[in-house]
Amino acid sequence: MIWALFVTAVKALVLILALLFAFAYITWIMRRGLARFQIRLGPNRVGPFGLLQPIADAVKAIFKEDITVARADRFLYWLAPFLAFTFALAAFAVIPVGPDGWVVANLDMGVLYVFAVGELAVYGVFLAGWASGSKYPLMGGLRSIAALVGYELALGMAILPVVLMAGTLNLQEIVEWQRQHGYFIVYQFPAFLVYFIAALAEMSRTPFDFAEAEQELVAGFHTEYSSMKFVAFYIAELLHWIVGSALIATLFLGGWDAPFGLPEIPVLWLFVKWAIFIFLVLWIWASWFRTRYDQMIRFAWGVLLPVATVWFLITAYYVAKGGMA
Amino acid sequence: MSVMALAKALGITLRHFFSRPVTIPYPDAPVPLKPRFHGRHVLTRHPDTGLEKCIGCSLCAAACPAYAIYVEPAENDPENPVSIGERYAKVYEINMLRCIFCGNCEEACPTGAIVLGYEFELADYRYADFVYTKEDLLVDTVGSKPQRREAEERKKPVKLGFEVPYVRPELEGVKYE
Repeated sequence: MIWALFVTAVKALVLILALLFAFAYITWIMRRGLARFQIRLGPNRVGPFGLLQPIADAVKAIFKEDITVARADRFLYWLAPFLAFTFALAAFAVIPVGPDGWVVANLDMGVLYVFAVGELAVYGVFLAGWASGSKYPLMGGLRSIAALVGYELALGMAILPVVLMAGTLNLQEIVEWQRQHGYFIVYQFPAFLVYFIAALAEMSRTPFDFAEAEQELVAGFHTEYSSMKFVAFYIAELLHWIVGSALIATLFLGGWDAPFGLPEIPVLWLFVKWAIFIFLVLWIWASWFRTRYDQMIRFAWGVLLPVATVWFLITAYYVAKGGMA
Repeated sequence: MSVMALAKALGITLRHFFSRPVTIPYPDAPVPLKPRFHGRHVLTRHPDTGLEKCIGCSLCAAACPAYAIYVEPAENDPENPVSIGERYAKVYEINMLRCIFCGNCEEACPTGAIVLGYEFELADYRYADFVYTKEDLLVDTVGSKPQRREAEERKKPVKLGFEVPYVRPELEGVKYE
């Protein structure tokens, strides 16, 4: 018992360190990648190819002055970044990176857990917006809630056919199912599309990044945050991107399963599939516009949700007739 | 249709992703300049005789809208002339802090002696160091004053931060690299 707890704790620690490392270098990938999309070079001064830039950024952030706004609700203002940061980190715990044992928590309700933790992270955003006592963060928080109302149903609806077909909420078993029958992106392409679009909103990435629209809201919900509190939000935001990409890869692209009969290496194949979605999101980020939040809600309720529902009913009918048993 | 437009946008950015960045990492890579760029002035010489073209007429100083030029002429020694005319510029100074690099001096010059070159890295520390004398401007001098000072301290040749497709003919005798 104690031993199992110890092993889980070590796994969790490794995962947290890996995620923080991934965060540090995702900032580098983001800045270099976006720069290349805009025919620029991006940061290349600190270290070879600018690879030490994240470390320089971290040092800079630590030594920044930590400001609390006079009108802020002190406790919530302090709590919000920790909520956002903690739940963004926690979501990855159920995503398997390899066969049995290569997951921190092999939960039977893994999909539900991811959803629950993902929604809690939004509390960080909207508490920050409320507690800052300033109008721009308030608008940013408001918009993120509006986005939540929009994408959440579509996201849930898009995942139901997958769960229905695999017959389990356990992510490890969903991957096992895909290993036996083929990836869900083939069987569930409409669900994949809806899920991907809704996930863009969940990660608050372009075209649904209106919660922190610089042109209108300065920086959105984290306008009044500085120093490490700002970093906590930044980490949370990019971790949503990291975790969201890993989750799509797990649900629709077979997770850690090696494609085309290539040798099985834990972590590697999930990493490759994850990188595809990281790139895809970055690509969209560099290419597209930003929607208004009412447009986004209209789209989510008027297009995504009906499509997902119809597809869910089709899948349910198919499964009920005994297909893919 | 709008979906096609979105796809087109993705295509454009992807093409950009695989094209060469337009950024010039300036101190590491030279800046490409146009041949008619207005940079630091050069006092040219006649290439065959090696005599200075400047005859000390001060027309450049008169034409200068910023009063950046000071010329003090002197009579040529007939045995050992400095320039081809009767007089030459004993003192020729341009204050680079005043100069607006308009090129009026070049247009006013009757002998084509003063020509704007390409060097633009003129940043220095003291006001006095921005006054460029004849030695700093004459055709064989390569680099600005701070550049030459640094090159001397480091015992290395002056490294110029630009490249031009060709040197325009008015800059007679000027060689870069």
